[in-house]
This record gives sequence, C-alpha cells and structure tokens, in this order.
Amino acid sequence: MQNFGGSVLFLDRSDINTDEIIPARYLTEISKEALQPHLLEELHLEGFDPASAIVEKQVIVTRSNFGCGSSREHAPWALEVNGIHMVIAESFARIFRQNIFNCGMLAIELPAETIDRIFDEFSEFDTLIYADLEKSVLSVQGGGREAEIAFAISEFDRSLVAAGGWVEYADSHY
Amino acid sequence: MGETVAEKIFDAHRVDNPAGDIYVLDLDAVFCHEITTPVALNDLARRGKDRVFDPSKIKAVIDHVTPAKDSKTAMQGKILRDWARRHNIEHFFDIGRNGVCHALFPEHGFVRPGYTIIMGDSHTCTHGAFGAFAAGVGTTDLEVGILKGVCAFRYPRSMKIEVTGELAGGVYAKDLILSIIGRLGVNGATDRVIEFAGPAVEAMSMESRMTLCNMAVEAGATSGICYPDMTTVDYLWPFIRDEFDAPEAALANYRKFLPDTDAEYDDIVEIDAAGLAPQVTYGYRPDNVVPVSEMEDTPVDQVYVGSCTNGRLEDLRVAADVLSGHRISDSVRGIVSPATPEVYRRALDEGIIHTFMDAGFCVANPTCGACLGMSCGVIAEGEVCASTTNRNFYGRMGKGGTVHLMSPATAAATAIAGHITDSILYRK
Repeated sequence: MQNFGGSVLFLDRSDINTDEIIPARYLTEISKEALQPHLLEELHLEGFDPASAIVEKQVIVTRSNFGCGSSREHAPWALEVNGIHMVIAESFARIFRQNIFNCGMLAIELPAETIDRIFDEFSEFDTLIYADLEKSVLSVQGGGREAEIAFAISEFDRSLVAAGGWVEYADSHY
Repeated sequence: MGETVAEKIFDAHRVDNPAGDIYVLDLDAVFCHEITTPVALNDLARRGKDRVFDPSKIKAVIDHVTPAKDSKTAMQGKILRDWARRHNIEHFFDIGRNGVCHALFPEHGFVRPGYTIIMGDSHTCTHGAFGAFAAGVGTTDLEVGILKGVCAFRYPRSMKIEVTGELAGGVYAKDLILSIIGRLGVNGATDRVIEFAGPAVEAMSMESRMTLCNMAVEAGATSGICYPDMTTVDYLWPFIRDEFDAPEAALANYRKFLPDTDAEYDDIVEIDAAGLAPQVTYGYRPDNVVPVSEMEDTPVDQVYVGSCTNGRLEDLRVAADVLSGHRISDSVRGIVSPATPEVYRRALDEGIIHTFMDAGFCVANPTCGACLGMSCGVIAEGEVCASTTNRNFYGRMGKGGTVHLMSPATAAATAIAGHITDSILYRK
C-alpha cells in the first residue's frame, strides 16, 4: 500500500469549493497533467498565493465541507498531479470524498476539536504529517512538537486505497 | 420499520454490500456529457477496456460548449462522438439535437420513478423530480458505470422537507429552493437525500420540481426526490403508454417507490410556502440568500436566463410575461438560452422568443456553458450577472465576476430595471 504524508498546506476556511480548487475554465483539458499549474488558483483566502504555497506540499489540512460544489474529479486530479495525496478535514462534500478514494488517495475526517488543535499547535510552523494506515494513526511534527492522532476510515475506503482505486476494485469484483 | 424512497430504491437495486453501509447498486441509466466523460473514455482505452455495459442504458450529449469554441473543446466533443458511434449508443445528442443534459434527458423520457442514475455532473440530482435516485459522481465512478453498470453509495440517510401552503404570485420553485438552501446551509444535507413533499410540491409542474431538485446538491444533498403522482405520469405518458393500460395503472406501479408512513428521517423540516417572498443570493455561497427586497438597487451588467435549473419552457414563459411590452436597460446585456431544441421550438411557436428579442435579449442556442464561465455568456472581472443558474461561487461565470442567483421572473425584472428588483413592478 502507498505511503501517505509529507509537508502540510494549511487552508484555514470551511466550504472550499471545487471551482476554487480548479476553475471550470480548465475543464477543457483532457489530461490530468495539464491541471498542474492551476491548483487552488481561485482560492478565496486572504494572503494566499498558490504559486508559493503549494510548492513541495503533500498534505492539506482544512476545515469542514472541503470540495463542495461541482462533481469534477479534476479537483482531486489537480491535487494528485501536484503530489498532494492526502487531505485531512473536519468533513468533505460527498462527491469529492468519493472521488478522492476512487483515485486511491486518502481523505481523512477528524472531529472539529482535533482539527482546531492541529491548526492551533502546528499551522504557524513547517509541519509534517504521515498516515500509518495499518495502525490508523497520523503522526504530526512541527515547531518542535509532535502528536499522534488516531483516525478511522471505513473498510470499504481502505480497500479502495489498497486496490489503487475504484476501477481496479470494481473490475476485480463485478 | 418503514422505508424512505431512497431506501426502497437501494433495496431494489442492490448488487453487493461490500462493507458496512456501502451498497453497490445496479444502474438503470448512465448519463454522459463532453466535459467529464472524455477522461473516463481515454482511461478505459488505456486499460484495454474500451467497452460499455449496455449501450441502451447510456445516454450522451454535448452541452457545455456547443458549438465548440476552440480546438480543445472540439476534441472533447470528438472523443464523445467517436465513442458513441463506436459503441452504437443510439441516444447520443450532437449539435442540432443537443440541449442542456438535465432538461434534455427528461424530455426524452429517459427518467422513471425508482430508477438509479449517475452522471459526471453534480446537478444530476435534478432527475429526482421523477422519484428516481439520481446522483452526481466523479469521472472514476462514471468510468465504472460505463464499464460495469454499477456504482457504490453509502446507504442513504434521508431528510424530508414538507412544504405547506401555496406559493404567492411572482414566487416560484427557484425562490423556494433558494430559501431552503439558505436555511439548511451548503453543508446542511451532506450525505443525505432530501424528499420534497407537501401540498406546495404536489401543486408543482414537473419543470418546477426539476428546479427544486436541481439545487438539492447546493445544500450538499446526494439527491433531491419528489414523489411520483399523476403529474409525473402525465409527463411520462407518451413514453410509457406501451407499458401500461392506463395512466392510473402506471401510477399504481410507481407507488411502490413512495415512502412508508413510518419511514425514518434524520430530520423533518416544515416550511410554509405562503409566507415566502422572491429570493436572491449575495456573495459567493448559494446559502447566502435574502429576499429580493434586501438587494434592490444592486446594479447588474448581464442577465442570464437558462441552464439546467431554469431554462425550460415554463421558465421562459414566466420571464417573457415580465418582459412583454418592455425594453431591457441600456446598461444590461440580456442572454437567454432555451435549454433544449424542443423548448426553443415551442418558445418560437408561442411568440416567447419574439418577446425576448423585442426586449433586447440575445437568443443563444441550447447550451449551459455560461453557468460555469466556459462559453456563451462569460462575464469580465468586476462584472455582475443576475442569473437563473445554480451556483454563485467566486468567479463562477468568469474570473473575478459576481453572480446573483434568482428566478426567471426576478431576472427579467432585473434586466428591465438594470438593477436587482422584484418582478411585481412589471407583473401584468
């Protein structure tokens, strides 16, 4: 199974929608790679500069209802081609969450107070988060501090990640 | 324990229950358009699996950018077109026959009560107006749907919205759904199905029910569902007359997808339609909703009437009623896109297109590109559009632009005034 984790991009807002993650004008692309320069180009967040913020990040930590709006899988693809394979949030929009696991990537939901704690303790620092899927634990390091946070994903989501995505899973099961 | 509509449909379509609350459902229809489908088709080809589970259950249309605006969109159309030909997909709608997917497919009778439907488009929830479980999905779900005819969903939790009373004159399904989204919030129905019930919904045409269900996803819902009744059967009758002896027999059959009286809901919300005024959004979230009276005098640069929310004949009639005898403001650009060729033809026959043209509107072909800033009505940075569409995200209709969502009546009145205003001023 793939390892998930790395340097964290903190996005301190709820309801970040798919148009912000990848604007519709790029939906005319038919390759995932073409989306790479445009991730979070329209994010409505004060002081956010996608060009510098996204560089060398592998994980997003954000608030609730991440990925709401359009069904476009271009949103997880835009993350994927930028090397971001894990999003940690208080909650996700249904289609976005499904798309993430369908791509064999990881969407982890944590309680609001845990997300608050991660923001409070780590968002000011360069932070690393790694997911141990076998133990269902996230290890967080930043600003000289460390934390271990348990998470839960369903058996089905786990098997999608293990299979490498829904196409692989469905093809071998149905 | 009784069951909700979605639970009944899930039970009738269950293929597998691989873990916990995950149901893999057998699909009655897979809808495709040229924006989200080509990547799935290319991926199937790359995997050596260029197959379709059942060409008669796949319906495809080019609707987002049509006619193509550049080489990239021409290629998206070509990939879909070539694939439809290669697999003998009979119901493929190309230019001349194409229209906005969520208006076109119901018009052709492709949706029935109790159906399971997916499409790579978040507004697929529209088709719940017929008592179907219809959900927007991503490209990977679409790809598996095309190949295997199945899709996985969490076993649905449902909420019921009971709308009592009668909508006042000048207040429409759009105003009702905007006020519901304002009340629930953009995350208020996530992972849930909304059943729309009550006298105000029963009194609605199928067009109005589609408007209502279309925006269920703006509150996060998986699908919006209305209960099949004689209005549903009458709409479908030309397509089902060979299956049933009489409309009553069809209804008796479809009633198996009504919820049980002891069905369990996460939440039941009661709304009195009678007290509702015309609604409009502000800002960049569809749950930022206020009565039109609070946004009066907000100037707009463009007015757009169309889309999968409000581009049907009933919508054009309502807008034309308001526009009749008026010219739109010199400061406003008006664009109307009848959602399908049939809507366009009937609007021509009824003189509605003349009314729009006499008022100063541009009449565009059936397409939905303006709604997401792709084609045929993109606005410039700093501009404001009064629109009958369904999303007001930042830059949605064009980078740096603002969108106010409203009913066709309010949009028409706003076009005449040049600023957001209630259609009451122009009601005949």
